Amino acid sequence: MIISVASGKGGTGKTTISTNMALALGSEVEFLDCDVEEPNAHLFLKPVIERTEQVTTPIPLVDLEKCTYCRKCSAICRFNAITVVGRKVLIFPELCHSCGGCMAVCPEGAITETGRELGEINFGARNGIRFINGRMRIGEAMSPPLIKRVRSLADPAKVTIIDAPPGTSCPVIAAMNGADFVLMVTEPTPFGLHDLKLAVETVKLLGIPSGLVVNRSDIGDREVFAYAEREQLPVLLTIPFERRIAEVYSQGRSIVEEFPEWKERFCELFHKIETIIHERSTTA
Amino acid sequence: MREIVIISGKGGTGKTSLTAAFAALAKNSVLCDADVDAADLHLLMQPEIRQQTDFMGGGVAVINPDLCAGCGTCMEMCRFGAINDRFVVDVIRCEGCGVCVDFCPEKAIDFPTKRCGEWYISDTRFGPMVHARLGIAEENSGKLVSLIRKEVRRLAEERGADLVITDGPPGIGCPVIASIGGATALVIVVEPTVSGIHDMERVVELAAHFRVPGMVCVNKWDLNPEMTEAIEQLAIKHHVAVLGRVSFDPAFTRSMVEGKTLFEYGEPTATQQQVRDIWAKIISSPSMNPLGIMDFKSTIQ
Ligand code: SF4
Ligand code: SF4
Repeated sequence: MIISVASGKGGTGKTTISTNMALALGSEVEFLDCDVEEPNAHLFLKPVIERTEQVTTPIPLVDLEKCTYCRKCSAICRFNAITVVGRKVLIFPELCHSCGGCMAVCPEGAITETGRELGEINFGARNGIRFINGRMRIGEAMSPPLIKRVRSLADPAKVTIIDAPPGTSCPVIAAMNGADFVLMVTEPTPFGLHDLKLAVETVKLLGIPSGLVVNRSDIGDREVFAYAEREQLPVLLTIPFERRIAEVYSQGRSIVEEFPEWKERFCELFHKIETIIHERSTTA
Repeated sequence: MREIVIISGKGGTGKTSLTAAFAALAKNSVLCDADVDAADLHLLMQPEIRQQTDFMGGGVAVINPDLCAGCGTCMEMCRFGAINDRFVVDVIRCEGCGVCVDFCPEKAIDFPTKRCGEWYISDTRFGPMVHARLGIAEENSGKLVSLIRKEVRRLAEERGADLVITDGPPGIGCPVIASIGGATALVIVVEPTVSGIHDMERVVELAAHFRVPGMVCVNKWDLNPEMTEAIEQLAIKHHVAVLGRVSFDPAFTRSMVEGKTLFEYGEPTATQQQVRDIWAKIISSPSMNPLGIMDFKSTIQ
């Protein structure tokens, strides 16, 4: 079972919710931090990292001995990542989407592949919770390939909790596509609501059941709740603004460990999600 | 012309609220919302749209079932698993590489260009604004950011404005890279949390990588004074100017609910003064004035 925790707007508490739910549930879950541009979950889960893998994506490498400068590679590339100028083939690694088109089209077999570094993947554990995160290299523009790589490591026998990146474009899609449930975290402010609407549209497009956590539920206004009701989006948990929670968070400590009463609430949150997934699979 | 880009790495640090507050203080500036993925600045600016243009992104493969012979070439060639065994392309998975189009022996695959979003030129009570809306689940956010940044520069030139204030996207990926390239300076808004400081480090490295000078201000600093101290130390270590601290103030949320900037909400407060001081520092900073010339056209009111 895969639960993706997403938010549209950043900073609404996505990582707080996903890490606390994982800590409340313990060893039956694994945690994948797919917010590879700004991975933060390890700051709260504090896993022991056992190993790190470098991840690359294929980009072309041209053997000029074989190249006849026919330009077929540059003609096929939709991303302007390879061009032929005079007796030179220029490759712009950061533009390449690793489609392999140039290599496939080259009549001389002059193109092979080398790698562009995307970042690294860390493997670890905490209290029996398996932990994996992706960390994108500074200067790398494309996060989806690394996110997909992290996703591919999910263990189907476990409950997988994914910390997704903010937004609604390709990185988020990479972190949500194929999940059984998307848990959306928002705050009841105009910005929170506006970005939540976008996130809801995204989830609808993917056809994944979803529910809402309203964080800092007593700031701002009531519009988020009215919207949730109209959209029949179940509000599964509300967390009022409390300075002590904000302070615990700021120090990288977890709510369930500091305030034991919250452990129960996060377990309950998970059971509500389980019920929704179950109902959906029996009606579908 | 100078352009400051306000970014934060981590979302939700108050970047957009501060951008709007700066816009209220700046004179003769043009605004740009480069957070095209989840744009929020318009909620405070209530722009009146003057011009709306479609943003065309890349192509997406569409297989014509009448011409398809079911040979499976496309499926084999597609590295993104976007073609299923009934030869239908999953638009969400399609990367838009067009490899299937070129290799289909039956020429059965079309490659229409997708409308990926739209962008606008608008008027606001603080001057013109260029903003955009990327379609749901679309790619090419970096391309759209580059496009609107080009447009905002053109507009600023046309209107004789010498300052562009850009609200940047979160993260460090393609839209952020597209937002900061060639900018005069970055204002990095950090919150004093373990995540905040961690994300700031990555953004500072990114700024260094693309050689854009950075400046840091800590928002909600009183939530964790020790962490604020640590952030400022870290900034100094990385040769990033420290601009100041903004207190945790519910007035930010309250003004947002009313669609206003901090300066249009309630009586003058200590927080307003903090933001004013930070803006004065930004405008007079060496990175904004490379020749040491202070241009008074865009200083504070
Ligand atoms: S692999 Fe694809 S994107 Fe990369 S250079 Fe070759 S044709 Fe272009
Ligand atoms: S355009 Fe590229 S990604 Fe899209 S279906 Fe064809 S081969 Fe796959």
